[in-house]
Amino acid sequence: MAPDRLREGIAPARLGAEQYADNFADLHPPLSEHEAMVAADRCYFCYDAPCVTACPTQIDIPLFIRQIATGDPMGSANTIFDQNILGGMCARVCPTETLCEEACVREIAEGKPVLIGQLQRYATDVAMSQGRQFYERAQPSGKKVAVVGAGPAGLACAHRLAMHGHDVVVHDGRPKAGGLNEYGIAAYKTVDGFAQAEVDYVTAIGGIELKHESALGRDIQLDQLLEDHDAVFIGIGLADVNSLDVEGEEVEGVADAVDYIAGLRQADDLSKLPVGRRVVVIGGGMTAIDVAVQSKLLGAEEVTICYRRGKDRMNASEFEQDLATSKGVAIRHWLQPKRVVAEGGKAAAIELEYTEEQGGKLAGTGETLTLAADQIFKAIGQKLVSDSLGDAGVKLTGGRIDVDGEGRTANTKIWAGGDCTGEGEDLTVTAVAQGRDAAESIHAALSGGDA
Amino acid sequence: MADLRNDFVGIKSPNPFWLASAPPTDKEYNVRRAFEAGWGGVVWKTLGLDPHIVNVNGPRYGAIWGADRRLLGLNNIELITDRPLQTNLDEIKVVKRDYPDRAVIVSLMVPCEEVCWNEILKKVEETGADGIELNFGCPHGMSERGMGSAVGQVPEYIEMVTRWCKAGTRMPVIVKLTPNITDIRYPARAANAGGADAVSLINTVSSITSVNLDTFSPEPSIDGKGSHGGYCGPAVKPIALNMVAEIARDAETAGLPISGIGGITTWRDAAEFLALGSGNVQVCTAAMTYGFKIIDELTAGLANWMDEAGHGDLDSFVGRAVPNVTDWQYLNLNYVAKANINQDLCIQCGRCFIACEDTSHQAITSTVNGVRKFEVIDEECVGCNLCVNVCPVENCITMDPLPEGVIDKRTGLKVDPTYSNWTEHPNNPARQAAE
Ligand SMILES: Cc1cc2nc3c(=O)[nH]c(=O)nc-3n(C[C@H](O)[C@H](O)[C@H](O)COP(=O)(O)OP(=O)(O)OC[C@H]3O[C@@H](n4cnc5c(N)ncnc54)[C@H](O)[C@@H]3O)c2cc1C
Ligand SMILES: Cc1cc2nc3c(=O)[nH]c(=O)nc-3n(C[C@H](O)[C@H](O)[C@H](O)COP(=O)(O)O)c2cc1C
Ligand code: SF4
Repeated sequence: MAPDRLREGIAPARLGAEQYADNFADLHPPLSEHEAMVAADRCYFCYDAPCVTACPTQIDIPLFIRQIATGDPMGSANTIFDQNILGGMCARVCPTETLCEEACVREIAEGKPVLIGQLQRYATDVAMSQGRQFYERAQPSGKKVAVVGAGPAGLACAHRLAMHGHDVVVHDGRPKAGGLNEYGIAAYKTVDGFAQAEVDYVTAIGGIELKHESALGRDIQLDQLLEDHDAVFIGIGLADVNSLDVEGEEVEGVADAVDYIAGLRQADDLSKLPVGRRVVVIGGGMTAIDVAVQSKLLGAEEVTICYRRGKDRMNASEFEQDLATSKGVAIRHWLQPKRVVAEGGKAAAIELEYTEEQGGKLAGTGETLTLAADQIFKAIGQKLVSDSLGDAGVKLTGGRIDVDGEGRTANTKIWAGGDCTGEGEDLTVTAVAQGRDAAESIHAALSGGDA
Repeated sequence: MADLRNDFVGIKSPNPFWLASAPPTDKEYNVRRAFEAGWGGVVWKTLGLDPHIVNVNGPRYGAIWGADRRLLGLNNIELITDRPLQTNLDEIKVVKRDYPDRAVIVSLMVPCEEVCWNEILKKVEETGADGIELNFGCPHGMSERGMGSAVGQVPEYIEMVTRWCKAGTRMPVIVKLTPNITDIRYPARAANAGGADAVSLINTVSSITSVNLDTFSPEPSIDGKGSHGGYCGPAVKPIALNMVAEIARDAETAGLPISGIGGITTWRDAAEFLALGSGNVQVCTAAMTYGFKIIDELTAGLANWMDEAGHGDLDSFVGRAVPNVTDWQYLNLNYVAKANINQDLCIQCGRCFIACEDTSHQAITSTVNGVRKFEVIDEECVGCNLCVNVCPVENCITMDPLPEGVIDKRTGLKVDPTYSNWTEHPNNPARQAAE
C-alpha cells in the first residue's frame, strides 16, 4: 500500500518505510566512549550519595561512574549488576528525572544532573555485548522454587535464587519472557530486541528453566506448585485494565492502550499496524504518554491526551510530558470521558465533560466538549487478575497482593513482588528490587534449617 | 589603563609575557605568528654548535590530564634545536629587524669550553638580538653530553660559564636554572657570582608521566623504550613559585632580576610570579596547549586586575609578596581560623564530610537531627582547610579567622591578639626565651 497520511479511520501504512525506522529509533542513542568519559568526569563521588538513596535497587552509582571514568567499564557493569541484574533495561526505561538524576547534587548545583542512566547503559552495554557473566551459582541447595511471571520482578528473583544454588522454574502465560519489557515499554526505549537479549543474559547463569505459555490458573495451579516446590514467587504484574464505564465503550475503535502497545512491540512490520487519523487517549500516566506518542509516530494526524485532573497530578513525569508534546501530542487537562459517539458501529468522536476540584473532590461541571476520534485508547490504569491465586490464603489490599518488606505474603511459602503487589511505584526498577529482595528472603527461609 | 610595558635588565618589551625557549620559538614562522598575536618577546629555541643535534622520530610528549582531559602536566624528550646554526641565526636577524619593539633573546647551550661559547656569542651578536639565555636546564639528552642540567647542577660550572659569557659579549646574560637540584639558592648564587644580569626559572622537572600497561614501556614510547623527560605545565607551577620566592628572598641574591617560568597558564598565574619577585614571565606549555591567542587573555586579564587593584605599572606590585614569604617557625601560632560552610551554597555532596571524617579531624557532621546536613563542629575543627580544597563549589566553605577574645571551642582558650611563633613556644625544646 502506498503511504497515505490522511487516510480516514483506523488504517495502516500512513508513512514510508524510512519514516517508521526514523520515528522508532533509539530515544537516547548510546553514549560514545568520549561522551561517556565527559559525562563520568562530572560525578563528584559524593559521600552517602543521594542518587543511591533515590535508586530503588540502590546501585552504587558513584562507584560505577568512577569505574567508567578510570577506564574499567567491565568493573562498572559488575557494580551495577550486583544490585540490579536488569541494569541494562533500567538504564533505558527508568524515569531517572524522578529518581537518581533528580537527587544528583549537580541537579541542585547547575540544574544539570550527571547522566546516570546513560552512563549505566554505557557500562552494561560493554558487558552484555561481550556476553560477560559475573556470577556463578553456589553449590546446589537441592531446593526448588517456582516463579510465576517472567517480568522484571520474576527474572530478578529467579536470577538471585539461581545464584544461591536453588533450582528455579519460571512460568509465564505469554509466548515470550520479559513481561512488560517485551510487551509494554515504548518501542523507542528498547530497540533491537534488547528485552529478549536481556532475558538470555539473565538466564545464562544457569539453573533457571523458562516455561512459556504456562499460565497460572489455566495451565498450572497454585496448590500444585506449592506441593512440588519449596517456595513460590508471584510476579504476575497487572493483567487487566480499568474500564471507562461510559456509553459506547464497546464499539470498534475503542481499545486498551496496553494491548495496543503489546501488538506494536510484537509487530514485525510497523507499516502493517493500523492507527487512527484522530486519536484520543484517556489517562495521565506513562501508558497514556506511550500510546499517544507511538500513535503519533505511526502517523496519526491528531493525537490528544485527555486527563481528568491538572498537570501536576499526572503520573507521567515532566520529561515524558515534554517528550509527548515535542512529538506533536496535545495534552488537555480537566476533562473526563462521558460518551463514545459511534457512527456505523465505529467510534467517530468522544464526548468529554469538563471537571474541577470541589473541596478536594473531583466533579464534572456539566459542560461538555466533543472531539472527533476514530481511535480511542483507554489508559486509566491496570489491575490485578487475582482469580489464579485461588484459596492459597494470599491476602489482597486495594486489589493488590499484600506483602511485607521482604515480599512475604500471608502464606509462608508464597512471596510476591512487582506491580502485582501494593508496594512501591509501578516501575521496572521497583519490580527488580522487589524480586531480588524476595529471593533473598526465600533464600534465608530455605537455608533456615541449616543455619 | 594599566601600563604593561616591561623593562627587564634593559631589554624592553610591550608586555611582560615572553615565550620560553621551546617549540613555539623554534623558527621564524612561529615567532612571527607569536609577535603578530601580541607576545612581548621570545627566547629563541636553544641553539647549539653544528653539527646540529637530532631528535627522536617518534613521540616526544607524555601528559597528565585533569577533568575533561584538561592538560595539567606535559613531559617532553625533545632536545635543543635540530636545525643548522646558521639557519637559526639568519632567521633571528630578520625577525629582530622586523619587530624592533619586541624582545628577542637567544637561548644557548654549547660544550663547557670557553672557545665554544665565544664562537657562538659572536655569531649571536651579529643578529642584533637583545640578550642571551644560558640553558643550564634541560634534564634529558643534553645533560648526558655534559650540557644542560649537567652544568646547572654544579654551581662552580654555572659561575664559570656565566663569567665567560659576561666577558665575551656586551649582551645581557640571563642564566636559566634547572629545578632538578635540592636547593635552588646555590645555582642562583653561582650565577650571581659569575656576573649574570638575571636568572630565569624553572626549566623542566625530570619525570616519567606514565607507563603503558600493555607494552610496559614508559610513555612516550620509542620502539618499546622510554627515557625520562622534562615536566612542565600547570602541575609544575607550585614548584616554580617556591623556587622563585627562595631566590627573591635570599640575602645573597636579593635584587637579582628573575624571569619567572613554569606552568604559567593564566594572567593570574603570571601576576603571582610577578608578585613573588619575577621581573617578567615566560610561557611555554599554555601556548603549546591553546595557541598564541591566549596572549589576549593574559594581557587583558593582567591589565584589568591592575586597574582594579590600582597598580599603574608592573613595578608597583612586582615583589610585593616577597616580604610575606617566611619560614614555618615564624608563623603566628596565635592565629585561629575555623571552616564555615555556607548552607545556601552547599549542594550536599558530602565530600567535605568524608574527607574530614576518614582522613582528618572528624569535624563535620553528615546529618543534623536526622537530616542530611554538613556543618562544621567548632569543637573539633583544627582549621586545616582540607574541606575547602575538596569542595566542588567555589567559596562554599570559607576559613574564618576567630576574632580577638573569642573562645576557641576546640582548645577552650581565648584568642590572643599578640603574635607568637614556634621559636618562643613552650613545646619547643630549642626555645629562645621571649624578652
Ligand atoms: C505501557 C507501559 C509502559 C511502561 N513504561 C515504563 C517505563 O518507561 N519505565 C518504567 O520503569 N516502567 C514502565 N512501565 C511499568 C513497568 O513496565 C512495570 O512496572 C514492570 O514491568 C512490572 O514488572 P512485573 O514483573 O511486576 O510485571 P510485568 O512486567 O507485567 O510482568 C508480569 C509477567 O507475568 C506474566 N503473567 C501474568 N499473569 C500470569 C499468569 N496468570 N500466569 C503466568 N504468568 C502470568 C505476564 O505475561 C508477564 O510476563 C510501563 C508500563 C506500561 C504498561
Ligand atoms: C617540548 C619542549 C621543549 C623545550 N625545549 C627547551 C629548550 O630547548 N631550551 C630551554 O631552555 N627550555 C626548553 N623547554 C623548557 C621551557 O622553556 C620551559 O622552561 C618549561 O616548559 C616550563 O614552562 P611551562 O610550564 O610554561 O611550559 C622545553 C619545553 C618543552 C615542552
Ligand atoms: S563539599 Fe562543599 S558542597 Fe559538598 S557538602 Fe561539603 S560544603 Fe557542601
